[in-house]
Amino acid sequence: MSFLTLTNIQKSFGTMVAVEDFNLSATKGEFVSFLGPSGCGKTTTLRMIAGFETPTSGTIVLDGGDITYRPPNKRNIGMVFQSYALFPNMTVAQNVGFGLRVRKRPADQIQKRVTELLELIHLPDKANQFPYQLSGGQQQRVALARALAFEPEVLLLDEPLSALDAKIRVSLRQEIRAIQRQLGITTVYVTHDQEEALSLSDRVVVMSRGRVEQIGTPFEIYNFPATRFVASFVGQLNALPATVVDAGSGRLTVGGQEIRVSARIDAPAGSAMSLALRPEMVSLGEGPEGSNRLAGTVADVDFLGAIVRMRIRLADAVIVALDVFNEPTLKLPAVGSSITISFPADGPLVMAPGSEAGSGTSAAA
Amino acid sequence: MSQTSTPARRRPTFSWLGVVPFLLFTIAFLILPIFFLVVGSFQDSQGNPTLQNYLDLTTEQPATAYKNSIQLSLITAVIGGIFGFLIAVAVILGRLPRAIRSAVMTFSGVASNFAGVPLALAFVFTVGQLGLVTKLLADVFGYHLWRDDFFGGSFSLYSMLGLVLVYLYFQFPLMVLIVAPAIDGLRKEWREAAENMGASSFQYWRHVALPILLPSLLGSMILLFGNAFGAQATAYQLTSGTINIVPLVISAQIRGDVLHNPNLGYALAMGMVLIMAVVILIYGLLQRRSERWLRA
Repeated sequence: MSFLTLTNIQKSFGTMVAVEDFNLSATKGEFVSFLGPSGCGKTTTLRMIAGFETPTSGTIVLDGGDITYRPPNKRNIGMVFQSYALFPNMTVAQNVGFGLRVRKRPADQIQKRVTELLELIHLPDKANQFPYQLSGGQQQRVALARALAFEPEVLLLDEPLSALDAKIRVSLRQEIRAIQRQLGITTVYVTHDQEEALSLSDRVVVMSRGRVEQIGTPFEIYNFPATRFVASFVGQLNALPATVVDAGSGRLTVGGQEIRVSARIDAPAGSAMSLALRPEMVSLGEGPEGSNRLAGTVADVDFLGAIVRMRIRLADAVIVALDVFNEPTLKLPAVGSSITISFPADGPLVMAPGSEAGSGTSAAA
Repeated sequence: MSQTSTPARRRPTFSWLGVVPFLLFTIAFLILPIFFLVVGSFQDSQGNPTLQNYLDLTTEQPATAYKNSIQLSLITAVIGGIFGFLIAVAVILGRLPRAIRSAVMTFSGVASNFAGVPLALAFVFTVGQLGLVTKLLADVFGYHLWRDDFFGGSFSLYSMLGLVLVYLYFQFPLMVLIVAPAIDGLRKEWREAAENMGASSFQYWRHVALPILLPSLLGSMILLFGNAFGAQATAYQLTSGTINIVPLVISAQIRGDVLHNPNLGYALAMGMVLIMAVVILIYGLLQRRSERWLRA
């Protein structure tokens, strides 16, 4: 059953439409991420849920009550800000207890709750320190505890990890998810980091230019992108120009070489198409029987640690990127050498040039 | 292969020469005068060492001068400080058009430096006995500013009340200028975070904004105190030295009148230097605290 519902939300600033026709139903305890590039409207939508912005049209319903025009201090929604927004004049304990203090809860109750939350975020010894005495990661944990202290119905997180370094980001996001699961609180998380959204969320809302491109589980978003934007924004992607040879049998040419795809093609022979192919779908060598094979030369090799990314140049200056897992016995081809790469027929997603939606059923999993 | 290394010779730099004029100026117009002030304050008129000048500070005239100066500075610092703070809050956080903010800041920049003879004359021409506003009030409203009851007494521009009024003219704009960056430093997220946790606007100001601004507010008021304490030309032009405040007493002692005693003047000035040093020290400490918070 829906706990937080946004219906036909639109937000305009003057003539600029920031969010358009936004619809979402989140169940109680669900972790939903808004994912998209800067300026796509994800933070504006979050701020409308928090009450800091009022929708131009549409409704926001929380647990059956319409909160669209309710002031932020009457919503019982917790929020974690990108810049932490801890009060610099208060200690960690005072920051965490602030929400309870303004609700005029008894001092012993506040003290108990603060201790409980500082244990939860593993900072019980920092109660009497000031924000400027903490690291960025610690400050963000305190901000999380503060947002949870008054037991909000919904937790909002606005790019909470973007100011932290990579290692802390990964450990803190796992911590956030663990705490969210433990408390079972409905959470909306805004990020432009696809890895963060995919690893944390029950469902991801991919947004672009104020509109929802796709709502789905991380698995669906990654493997079955509904639009060209989702396909290109989420994960790495090869966008290969192709020409239809025979739509019925799924035959196309890429870089002058014929391949076959299992996805449906709705275009006559000779039409220009675009293939979306994830680098991890492509293998070095000829692959098993029935694989598509392309011959080319190695353009460059990037060592990325756990994986090695190679770029293979085909005819007509078409470049195909592929990922290989790194292992000590891996023999990397030299740049400029000839090479054959392969991928399964059900690997590519077929998209007509200029179209927004893909054929939709390309199975890349 | 072994490597021999010779320490790299540092190229001489002459960029420090740029600071020489400043140092010379400081030595000539700050360090040396203070040195002579200290020495002179411990000498009698014949140049013999004495503590009498400092003992004389407790006599009626210098003591009253300090009392009056502290009173005048305190009143104008508190009133100017609160008034200036409220104006700055209205202009910065009041969602007023940008043009109004620019206009107020420009006015504050000009008015805070508009002290001394021109300011005193400006007030004489407006609210003096024959001033424009005085005449206007009398002719149009029949209210005689200098004769009728004004806050429980008759008004005089050449009294302590008059000085307070005139000093406020440059005190509150100075407050606007000093406190504006601190108010600008209040982050929008603090207000939003407070609201998000259920705080009303009053609770936000009481628990968050005012405590954050407090060091800046107190620091600014202390600076205002120092500004009023050291003002001489405005008071002299307005009262011709009839009001007993420290800067006027010092100038009377040093310039020479019936009481002429430059060494007592030096001791008075030393007291003033001490008060100003304490003011600057407290301002610096409060400012450091505020900056640490606003930076965090």
